[in-house]
Amino acid sequence: MKTYRILIVGLGGQGVILSSNILARAAVAAGYDVKKSEVHGMAQRGGSVTTHVIFGEKVHSPLVEEGQADLILALENEEIERVKHYLRPGGRIVAVPDGFVKKLKNPRSINVAMLGLLAKHVDIAEEKWLDAIKGALKDKLVPINIEAFKTGLAATE
Amino acid sequence: MKELLSGNQAIARGAYEAGCVFAAAYPGTPSTEILETISGYSEIFSEWAPNEKVALEAAIGAAFCGARSIVAMKHVGLNVAADPLFTLSYTGIRGGLVIVTADDPGMHSSQNEQDNRYYAIAAKVPMLEPSDSQEARDFAVKAFEISEKYDTPVLLRTTTRIAHSECLVQTGKRIDLNREYKFERDPKKFVMLPAYARLKHVVVEKRTKALLDYSENCPENVMEKRGADLGVITSGISYQYVREVLPDASVLKLGFTHPLPVELIKKFAGMVKTLYVIEELEPIIENHVKSLGLKAKAKPEEFRCGELSPGIVRSFMLGAQLPRESKDAKTRPPILCAGCPHRGVFYTLNRLKLITAGDIGCYTLGIAPPLNSIDTCVDMGASICHAAGASHVLSMEKQKGMVAVIGDSTFIHSGITSLIDAVYNKANMTLLLLDNRTTAMTGGQQHPGTGKTIKGEDTFQLDLVEMVKACGVQSVRVVDPYDLKQTREAIEAAVNEDGVSVVITQQPCRLIDRSTWKEPYAIDEEKCKACGACLNLGCPAIVDRSTPEKKKAPEINALLCVGCGLCAQVCKFDAVAVPTAKID
Repeated sequence: MKTYRILIVGLGGQGVILSSNILARAAVAAGYDVKKSEVHGMAQRGGSVTTHVIFGEKVHSPLVEEGQADLILALENEEIERVKHYLRPGGRIVAVPDGFVKKLKNPRSINVAMLGLLAKHVDIAEEKWLDAIKGALKDKLVPINIEAFKTGLAATE
Repeated sequence: MKELLSGNQAIARGAYEAGCVFAAAYPGTPSTEILETISGYSEIFSEWAPNEKVALEAAIGAAFCGARSIVAMKHVGLNVAADPLFTLSYTGIRGGLVIVTADDPGMHSSQNEQDNRYYAIAAKVPMLEPSDSQEARDFAVKAFEISEKYDTPVLLRTTTRIAHSECLVQTGKRIDLNREYKFERDPKKFVMLPAYARLKHVVVEKRTKALLDYSENCPENVMEKRGADLGVITSGISYQYVREVLPDASVLKLGFTHPLPVELIKKFAGMVKTLYVIEELEPIIENHVKSLGLKAKAKPEEFRCGELSPGIVRSFMLGAQLPRESKDAKTRPPILCAGCPHRGVFYTLNRLKLITAGDIGCYTLGIAPPLNSIDTCVDMGASICHAAGASHVLSMEKQKGMVAVIGDSTFIHSGITSLIDAVYNKANMTLLLLDNRTTAMTGGQQHPGTGKTIKGEDTFQLDLVEMVKACGVQSVRVVDPYDLKQTREAIEAAVNEDGVSVVITQQPCRLIDRSTWKEPYAIDEEKCKACGACLNLGCPAIVDRSTPEKKKAPEINALLCVGCGLCAQVCKFDAVAVPTAKID
């Protein structure tokens, strides 16, 4: 079982924590051992936010080490520079593609839409993702977010 | 069943399973979610207390009646609750009493990074330290058992990376204690007169010896034998970093960290060639190990500051050069939210060039440029005392150049006695009481001024205007901080009065009540002269589009703007308005 070390970055209010919740729950459903770390409190709207999500056979540290991240997922591309040193050689940055936000019915669903782009690089079946999205959101927000996730899946980086 | 739980949720779950029936806390990062989670269990009476001392004292009352009780607080909260803690150590308990202290190495959201393991030593009470959420649940259950077996409160210490990390947790069922709660009189146990306390101190010393025996053999302190070359003694989150970076090292993992074992450590030391101690913050295990005459290495002194990480452990254990953050990286610090009702107050303080004694809460962010108007921040409730104390030594003219700011929740936490002091001792000062109807910085918790309990039930609502008057303040003004003119006039008038004056601003936090959001404003580029007046508000919704070559009209991000209207008030050219209003 491969171990994935992932950082999600963005700004307070963008839904970075919700993204990492969905990713972590999808990974649990897919049978991985999962750890996730975040910091609450000062991450008010507008401030930088980072979460760490690690899953594999057995995970010890909830924090990704510098130079070891397989993937960095950005909800705001300007935040990438701040965490780029976490990426391992050969690791991948999944950034918001040009014009991507305009493809979304609601720009606020960028956090779930970007998980669609991430999904192409991790071994988690689509149904596990969809279940995790349903489990993390209020019923009325599920359809628009599933659509956003699929927009991400279909998008090219 | 296994669930993904944060350390905080897991502690709540453990308390529930252990049959806990009373829980109290004052919100504080990184501990807040413990009580929020517990409040969802109908079997547990839970409350937001006005402060941590009150929370602990209420829990003591319940525990004296035989109830398993828990209190949770951030590390500095235990300073507030330290008074009952030290004597509670003497009285002991009837029902198990667990005190969670959530430390914040790295100061993600705190004013210092004190190491609360010292409290266990100073108050002579046992301490447990989980290294992940599973242990957070398990140790919470165990803490109640230890508390009752040894007749002592138990400190359960987490750190930010335990409290706010999630992992899979095996949960269980709630045990049925089947207890009848009653207060049985026992003055020698519960009344700490000197004569009884002297007897109790002896009991505490005996208890510490019994707890040391427990520490030597308990399942929370475990040896993991691997290679014989390197042995590491560690605890808490550091254990996870050690396993990550040094997979072949033997490990003595300490989950029960006060009193620290002696024989177990000696035995472990005898099994390995090189002995290392890896712990966050203070050298507590390190000093203990060295006091036993053992040779041990430890992290370099520079890492007493800040939190550890797998990268830091790798750097000092294996000499690895870690990739560094790019020089071009910009971290955006937290600032007052778009539409924050505090913004107008700090804008005014900045314009009036008043020195501002600050307090703990969102409004500490008034320090951020361009508002630049917080000048002190030490602890909860201190702003009033800073201004009052200063007024007794400053000249009359300088006294009028200084004010204090405090939020509603912090005022109730520990500002009321400060205000009584200011009036009683004839200070000359103005207090700005920023009432946003919530405990905002920790995510919006109820408090006595909101009229709701932690469970959302209606209750008596403390009237802050009447409260301030009851402290003896004669001059009280209530203003709407979204009205800049009114706010400025009230502050100017108040600082020019003699004695203690109070200006109360009333507007709810925008994050708590979205029904207060109004239509976003927009800037009319043709009317805008790019003077920058609106940018002086430091609102994250207003973006400066100017380049070094050319001044351009600022732009309002409609996704962020909640329509507070401050920018329209500061614009001299009538360039800011709600677009629909303009068409009319």
